[in-house]
Amino acid sequence: MSTDRYSIFSVLREALRGHTGWKPAWREPEPKAAYDIVIVGGGGHGLATAHYLAKVHGLTNIAVVEKGWIGGGNVGRNTTIVRSNYLLPGNAPFYEHSMKLWEELEQDLNYNAMVSQRGVVNLFHSDGQRDAYARRGNAMRLHGIDSELLDVPELKRILPMLDYDNARFPVKGALRQKRGGTVRHDAVAWGYARAADGRGVDIIQNCEVTGFRIEAGRVVGLETSRGFIGAKKVGLACAGNSSRVAGMAGLRLPIESHVLQAFVSEGIKPFIDTVCTFGAGHFYISQSDKGGLVFGGDIDGYNSYASRGNLPTIEDVAEGGMALMPAIGRVKLLRHWGGIMDMSMDGSPIIDRTPIEGLYLNAGWCYGGFKATPASGWSFAHLIATDTPHETATAYRLDRFATGRVIDEKGVGAQPNLH
Amino acid sequence: MRIPCPYCGVRGVDEFSYLGDATLVRPDASVPNAEAAFADYVYLRDNPAGRHRELWQHAVGCQSWLVVTRDTRTHAIEQVEAARDIAAARASGAE
Repeated sequence: MSTDRYSIFSVLREALRGHTGWKPAWREPEPKAAYDIVIVGGGGHGLATAHYLAKVHGLTNIAVVEKGWIGGGNVGRNTTIVRSNYLLPGNAPFYEHSMKLWEELEQDLNYNAMVSQRGVVNLFHSDGQRDAYARRGNAMRLHGIDSELLDVPELKRILPMLDYDNARFPVKGALRQKRGGTVRHDAVAWGYARAADGRGVDIIQNCEVTGFRIEAGRVVGLETSRGFIGAKKVGLACAGNSSRVAGMAGLRLPIESHVLQAFVSEGIKPFIDTVCTFGAGHFYISQSDKGGLVFGGDIDGYNSYASRGNLPTIEDVAEGGMALMPAIGRVKLLRHWGGIMDMSMDGSPIIDRTPIEGLYLNAGWCYGGFKATPASGWSFAHLIATDTPHETATAYRLDRFATGRVIDEKGVGAQPNLH
Repeated sequence: MRIPCPYCGVRGVDEFSYLGDATLVRPDASVPNAEAAFADYVYLRDNPAGRHRELWQHAVGCQSWLVVTRDTRTHAIEQVEAARDIAAARASGAE
């Protein structure tokens, strides 16, 4: 008998019989000739979309096509942080919906995604910044999201290792969201893939979309590296490459692809047990369960599809880290990498229909896509299944740039000289 | 990544600041559909994976604006021209 459901009992049973009963977490089916819905992109968002289409809307004649392998794209290239500390009405309910889905994710998927609500701490350094964070914290509370403003004595209990008297950016306090934290990112991809597959979704890896078949303004299928696949509806969830894929359907998007680098140090003893962001110094950090310091900074700042960045940004991030916590100076860097970001022009995502009937777009996640994974999948599934936007995602329209309804959460988009 | 500035020679990328796609042309504000044309101009991008002509300024050097032709998949730089030369050619109708 094989082991379908993961539990303490299945682990014990398999331990007693030499782990011979585990099955692959998902099938590797050949693509069928046609599906009701095809999701392009087997990252976190695409797999979550397939999962919620199957679970919430009862639709199972679905394929997820992925040009590489599951977990090989941006879902495995981020710094695993989840939070919902947003200011604007168009964003806060969406990201809080995501936060609530994270909190029940492991039970929903029957998969250990190592959801760790260790808190997210945003530092401030001046009276003006304190006021801005107090405003943000109050806006969060009005949306029912937890937030607290910490003064220096409170902060020193959580983060004793900071350089509080830094000459340029003395630490004056922080805004904290205790329910924020980290989630093991590739387990999210695997968990969603396994759950979607369990409900009958075909996950087709090594299947690159090479074109769309569009008849009378309506999408009827996809040309792929594994042949033509018919589809009544197609959802694009291929952030990083959204412009390229949408370009095959003749669409031009308000997006530039940029490279964002991230870093992991060698494993060290427990050092920092929360997520800490130092926005003024372009640096944020947390510590993985293996002990590595996981940190990053800003995008490199030029169009790139190279999945790797350049040395000046590495130096900039390292300088930010040294300014904030000089204690990490002797820690060796273990590895670093780059991911390709869909930088939308206002810094906010797009979940919307397109001018082509049956073609839906999920794009423009900038460097904030990971935390949005569950709500993005939920909202995109809702849009595809019902043809109406989910109530938490009505602001993420494709036409908001032309109509002036941009969502300037940070006041910056792709324009690198504004970062 | 290093950029060969036509005036200063090969310099590190950290001396330069980036503005983006150099092929965009500001629309004529007097045409009837100028609003839509400006929305496209301000927000929409080709965003190619491959050859990309883009504006850089040698901000910490000679401050010249440059048009760099670069491959966005490899960061290899094919050509660097002075933006003023291209603007002059465009104004005279050569491009």
